[in-house]
Amino acid sequence: MTEHNNQIRENPVTRIIVVTSGKGGVGKTTTSASFASGLALRGFKTAVIDFDVGLRNLDLIMGCERRVVYDFVNVIHGEANLNQALIKDKHCENLFVLPASQTRDKDALTEEGVEKVLKDLEHMGFDYIICDSPAGIEHGAIMALTFADEALVVTNPEVSSIRDSDRILGILQSKSRRARDGQEAVKEHLIVTRYSAKRVEEGEMLSYKDVQELLRVPLLGVIPESETVLQASNSGAPVIHSKESEAAEAYQDVVARFLGEEREMRFVNYEKPGLLKRIFGGA
Amino acid sequence: MSWLEKIFGSSQPKSAQLARERLTLVIAHQRAENEGQPDFLPDLQKELIAVISKYVKVSSDDIKVQLEKKGNYEVLEVNIVMPEPGVR
Repeated sequence: MTEHNNQIRENPVTRIIVVTSGKGGVGKTTTSASFASGLALRGFKTAVIDFDVGLRNLDLIMGCERRVVYDFVNVIHGEANLNQALIKDKHCENLFVLPASQTRDKDALTEEGVEKVLKDLEHMGFDYIICDSPAGIEHGAIMALTFADEALVVTNPEVSSIRDSDRILGILQSKSRRARDGQEAVKEHLIVTRYSAKRVEEGEMLSYKDVQELLRVPLLGVIPESETVLQASNSGAPVIHSKESEAAEAYQDVVARFLGEEREMRFVNYEKPGLLKRIFGGA
Repeated sequence: MSWLEKIFGSSQPKSAQLARERLTLVIAHQRAENEGQPDFLPDLQKELIAVISKYVKVSSDDIKVQLEKKGNYEVLEVNIVMPEPGVR
């Protein structure tokens, strides 16, 4: 079986995974929602935490915005307990959402407070905790990555996103608890999102191999640019649940690879239309 | 895009290639800053100044020692500014 499965079954430990990128709008929350849902669908007890205090959005993407009563900051300040603040996902049995506060600012997250919440989740028997990082490299983003065992670095094949991802990798390697304590480094994974095989073929977009070579992080998956991502966020159901969606299938592959299964990269090749089609229209 | 370009492809450099080149530089720079210079560089610089000062009159500011990463190999760059002719 897989490395991760074995770890969970034989030696139950909670794995903390940060979803981060540096740049905003590249698909962190979309990835957090679908990745967490995918793990839960595989039977793992999973919590997904919104670290974007002041600008919460994970609740909308997960479709639970009307059920938010208490939030992450309430729990840190002892105004509510975890059971009160955790929202059970309506699509998956083993998934819980911890929303961010809408009214506080990011300094409300203290390192001790975050650590205590993560420890408590561990004691509640969670297999995976997904930390949805805010954009930027400020306090909120640092808090999201501080306790990570693994990191999903979400990157668009575009210059500013790649440079920012490289910055956040440097921060992971210096400011995470593992780095500071001299433990085994945070395990990094690259997810390239909004990928257009057609534009890559035309030489107008960096290929996933280019991105991987530049950032030097093992590739976990490529998510194609897809209309279903917007449809999913419109309706408040993570895109991994969408039927007949390439993005959904790509996220399922990401989860499978993360759990140690071999999956070929899909949606990365573009079939050029024939000469006649190019003359007479189409593509 | 003209119909000729559609059929035969454009001869202009592709923008993805430009992006790759620009990013290679930016990231190498970023990483050098992050990782910092290796710790032997200040000593190397001092000794170089001592040796060169035996033959030419240079000050410590005239010698710059830098390590750069280019792809898989590192380049040690030593830059010595010679004094104006006549001062020698």
